[in-house]
Amino acid sequence: MSAEGGLTTAGYIQHHLTNLAVCAESAKIDGHCHGFWTFHLDTLVISGLLGLIAFGFMAKLAGKATSGVPSGWQNFIEMVIGMVDQQVRDTFHGKSALVTPLAITIFVWVFLMNAMDLIPVDFLPLVAGAFGINYLKAVPTTDPNLTFAMSITVFFIMIWMNLKVKGFGGYMHEIFTAPFGAKLAPINFIFRVVEDIAKPISLALRLFGNMYAGEMVFILIALLGLYQLPLALPWALFHILIITLQAFVFMMLTIVYMSMAAESH
Amino acid sequence: MSINATLIGQAIWFAIFIWITMKYVWPPLQKAMADRQKQIADGLSAAERGKQEQEIAAKRSADALREAKEKASETIAAAEKRAQQIVEEAKGQAKVEADKVVAGAKAEIDQEVERAKQQLRERVAELAVAGAEKILKKEINAAAHADILGSLKQGL
Repeated sequence: MSAEGGLTTAGYIQHHLTNLAVCAESAKIDGHCHGFWTFHLDTLVISGLLGLIAFGFMAKLAGKATSGVPSGWQNFIEMVIGMVDQQVRDTFHGKSALVTPLAITIFVWVFLMNAMDLIPVDFLPLVAGAFGINYLKAVPTTDPNLTFAMSITVFFIMIWMNLKVKGFGGYMHEIFTAPFGAKLAPINFIFRVVEDIAKPISLALRLFGNMYAGEMVFILIALLGLYQLPLALPWALFHILIITLQAFVFMMLTIVYMSMAAESH
Repeated sequence: MSINATLIGQAIWFAIFIWITMKYVWPPLQKAMADRQKQIADGLSAAERGKQEQEIAAKRSADALREAKEKASETIAAAEKRAQQIVEEAKGQAKVEADKVVAGAKAEIDQEVERAKQQLRERVAELAVAGAEKILKKEINAAAHADILGSLKQGL
C-alpha cells in the first residue's frame, strides 16, 4: 500500500527494490553506495539467518536421528532429503560425497529464501522501518549477488569435479578435442568456454529473474489498495508453485552439471 | 541491483551451509535411512522365514496326527481281535468243562444204574428164591437146589 505519505508509485516500487546497503563513506554518492565494496546487509542477514536456522535445525535433528520409527520432523526432513537423494541417484552416476549434500543445501536454502516472497511485501519493511532501517528487500533470491554467488560456487565445484574425476590432462584433452576432434582444437575450446560460462549465468539469472518478477507482481498488487486482497492470495498460492519449482530447477541443473563434469564425453 | 561484494559474502554463506550439510546433516540421516531400510528388509525376510517354518510345522503336525490316528485304529483293531480270541478261548474252555461235567454225570448215572441193577438182581433173586421157596417148600429143599438157583442168578 502506498501508505508512506507523499511517496509516488514509482518511488514506492523503487523503495521496495532497493537493498539495505553499507559501504565506506567515501564510496557514497548522494547518500547511496556505489562501487564494488558495497554489502547488501538485508540479503546477507536474511539468507544467513534462514540458512543457519534451517541447517542448524537439520543438523541437530540428524544428530539424534534413529533408524527406528522416525518422529514427525525427522520424517519430514527425511522425506525432503530422500527426494533430493533420489534425483541425485537418477542423474549422477559417479561416486561423490559432495553432490547430494550440495543438492540438499541448494534445494532447502533456495526454497526457504524464495518462500520469503510469501510474506506480505510491506510487512518486513514496515517492521524494519520501526527500528530505523529504511530499506529492506526481504527476498534474498531477488538479489543477483546471491544467485550469482551460488552459481559461481557451483561453477567452481564443477571445475573441481572435472579435475578430480578426469585429472588435469583428461580435462584439457576433453576441452580441446570434444566435440569435433583434435584438428579443430581452437573451435572446441571456444565452444567449451561459451558452454561453461553460460551455465552459471543461466543458473543465476533464471532464479533471479523469476523471483524478481514474482516480487514485482506482489508489489504491483500491493499498490492496488483494497483491491489487492482478492489478487494477492491467488498470486501467493500460484507463487508457492514457482518458489518450489525454482528451487528444484536450480538443484536439478546443478546435479546435471555435476554429472556432466564427472562423466567423460 | 549491481554486482558487488555481497557476492563474496553470499559465497561464504553458501560454502558454510554446504559444509554443515556435508558434515552434520547428510551422513547421519543417510545412515539412519540405510539402517532402517536394512531393518525393514531383515524384518521382511524374517517374516518370510517364519511363514515357511510355520508351513513346515503345520505339515509336521498333520503328519503326526495322521500317524497317531493310524496307530490308534491299529490298536483298536488289535484289541478287538484279542477280545474275539479271548471269547473264543472261553467258549472252548466252557465246552470242555461242560463236556467233562456231562461225562462225569453220565458215569455217575451209569454207576447208579449198575448199582440199582445189582440191587435189583439181588432182590429178584431173593424174590425168585422166596417165590420158589414158597412153591417148592413142599417139594424141594432149598439147599439141594442151590447150585441151580445160583446159575439162574448168574443168568440174570
